[in-house]
Amino acid sequence: MEEYTFLRTLADSWGLLAMFLFFLGVVVWVFLPSRRKAHEESKTIPFRHEDAPAPDDEEDETRQRKEARR
Amino acid sequence: MSNYLKLIVYGLIALFAMMAANYARDLAYQVHAIIVMLVAGGLFLWTLRHTDEPVTAGPDLSRSYMDGVVRAGVIATAFWGVVGFLAGVFIAFQLAFPGLNFDWSEGYANFGRLRPLHTSAVIFAFGGNALIATSFYVVQRTSAARLWGGNAAWFVFWGYQLFIVLAATGYLLGATQSREYAEPEWYADWWLTIVWVVYLAVFLGTIIKRKEPHIYVANWFYLSFIVTVAMLHVFNNLSVPVSIWGSKSVSAFAGVQDAMTQWWYGHNAVGFFLTAGFLGMMYYFIPKQAERPVFSYKLSIIHFWALIFIYIWAGPHHLHYTALPDWASTLGMVFSVVLWMPSWGGMINGLMTLSGAWDKLRTDPVIRMMVISVGFYGMSTFEGPMMSIKAVNSLSHYTDWTIGHVHSGALGWNGMITFGALYFLVPRLWNRERLYSLSLVSWHFWLATIGIVLYAASMWVTGIMEGLMWREVDANGFLVNSFADTVAAKFPMYVVRALGGVLYLAGAIIMCYNLWMTVRRSPAKEAAGAPAAIPAE
Repeated sequence: MEEYTFLRTLADSWGLLAMFLFFLGVVVWVFLPSRRKAHEESKTIPFRHEDAPAPDDEEDETRQRKEARR
Repeated sequence: MSNYLKLIVYGLIALFAMMAANYARDLAYQVHAIIVMLVAGGLFLWTLRHTDEPVTAGPDLSRSYMDGVVRAGVIATAFWGVVGFLAGVFIAFQLAFPGLNFDWSEGYANFGRLRPLHTSAVIFAFGGNALIATSFYVVQRTSAARLWGGNAAWFVFWGYQLFIVLAATGYLLGATQSREYAEPEWYADWWLTIVWVVYLAVFLGTIIKRKEPHIYVANWFYLSFIVTVAMLHVFNNLSVPVSIWGSKSVSAFAGVQDAMTQWWYGHNAVGFFLTAGFLGMMYYFIPKQAERPVFSYKLSIIHFWALIFIYIWAGPHHLHYTALPDWASTLGMVFSVVLWMPSWGGMINGLMTLSGAWDKLRTDPVIRMMVISVGFYGMSTFEGPMMSIKAVNSLSHYTDWTIGHVHSGALGWNGMITFGALYFLVPRLWNRERLYSLSLVSWHFWLATIGIVLYAASMWVTGIMEGLMWREVDANGFLVNSFADTVAAKFPMYVVRALGGVLYLAGAIIMCYNLWMTVRRSPAKEAAGAPAAIPAE
């Protein structure tokens, strides 16, 4: 088969299928109940470190988070 | 030590640029060689003055964000915005009144030379600076980390400005490879590639050293914009320079392959530069200004994957009824129509972020600006798929409808969300309590909105009119109108369009005044931040 024809058939069969399956996988992954907590946490990222980067040590970090939540 | 290395590099570049200016085969190349020579020479002197100076240990910077480069980016965005809008208003009047193509400026400032200057100035200078500045701001805040790479961010900023200057002067002097949205010649392209790779490194480096466990969705959009634009830029600009001493180059592709590469690039410049990147802005600034998290984080992830999977295939709709194979243009059309869904998913996500806070629309003109930008995003992402349908395209293609569509997206979506982001950023970056004047923001909002309405409405009318006039045939099958007939018929709409542009430009100038006065006059924020209140341990 000619290279052009080969690539073109590959693209509209297996290529298309692979990408569609990947996308379906993403959708399933997004709706997994175990991901809910991660989504909730990610949602509020913009509201945590407005003025300065997070400090290096852990304790400081959790304290700052509590303050931000208040 | 590193300064000696820098001196050698700057010296070599300046020397090469001098030779290039001497051997130059065309004026644009010569002028560019002189610009490069001056920049490299200036950097050489500046580095020389700072070499072998005693190094004083500065304050620990890792505990603060790198905002200097964002401030510079905000200034550059406002400046290039006004320049780009002004160029647009001028060429709009040139179309209505051809006498404005003055004899003395023929070959430098006629419509053909100024049009790419306008498109590149608004897309790459205004939009690009807005993207770079906001991405640097957002990635730091959402990663809780200072920008990676130290002064590399400054290299990205100044390197990008140099690219803009090379591109703009090149257009006026006739150095163009005549590819839509990618006109700069080979050496400017090579330079932009270097700058862009450093940009990617800074952005990715910051994400890698983030303190947050998750990567916020705005950064996904920014990252896809940076990576995809790098890929598009490299492939679309594969060309062979005719001479190292001249600006002319020859494309690596020919015929319909060349056209398809061009529009694969061109449409994804819209998809990833003007959409994905600006969606990154939307997902940060709208929640921040509304003071509530994004409506649905799940939807935002699906929005992301659906958008980037589909957008990349939509390019062929620019080549309906050409030498492009029929299956390819059908594929472009189908994917364009499918694209409607992720676009509207994203629009709904942005708008619904305000649910429960709709009253803010009445009290806060900045959020009003952001919301109308999302509204225009929805409108133009409905119009675009519709125009990509072959039957509609046979009427709309090559007419002013296309120009109207582009501007409702660019002025409405990209412009308005950028203005909103600037109004958000300036008080924070310059440590001011608030904006100088909210009523001036309202003025800007209404001037810009009415300007866009005049622009889009007149272009719909004139576009559909000329499309119908072109295809009108009499009883014997002969065309009724000559091309000049359509040009004459369009005159009133061209004047209305230019006036819409004047309103939009006036709004932007008001914004610049407002932002300037915010920095100069607004009261400074009290230094009651958390860091000062931490007791000694």
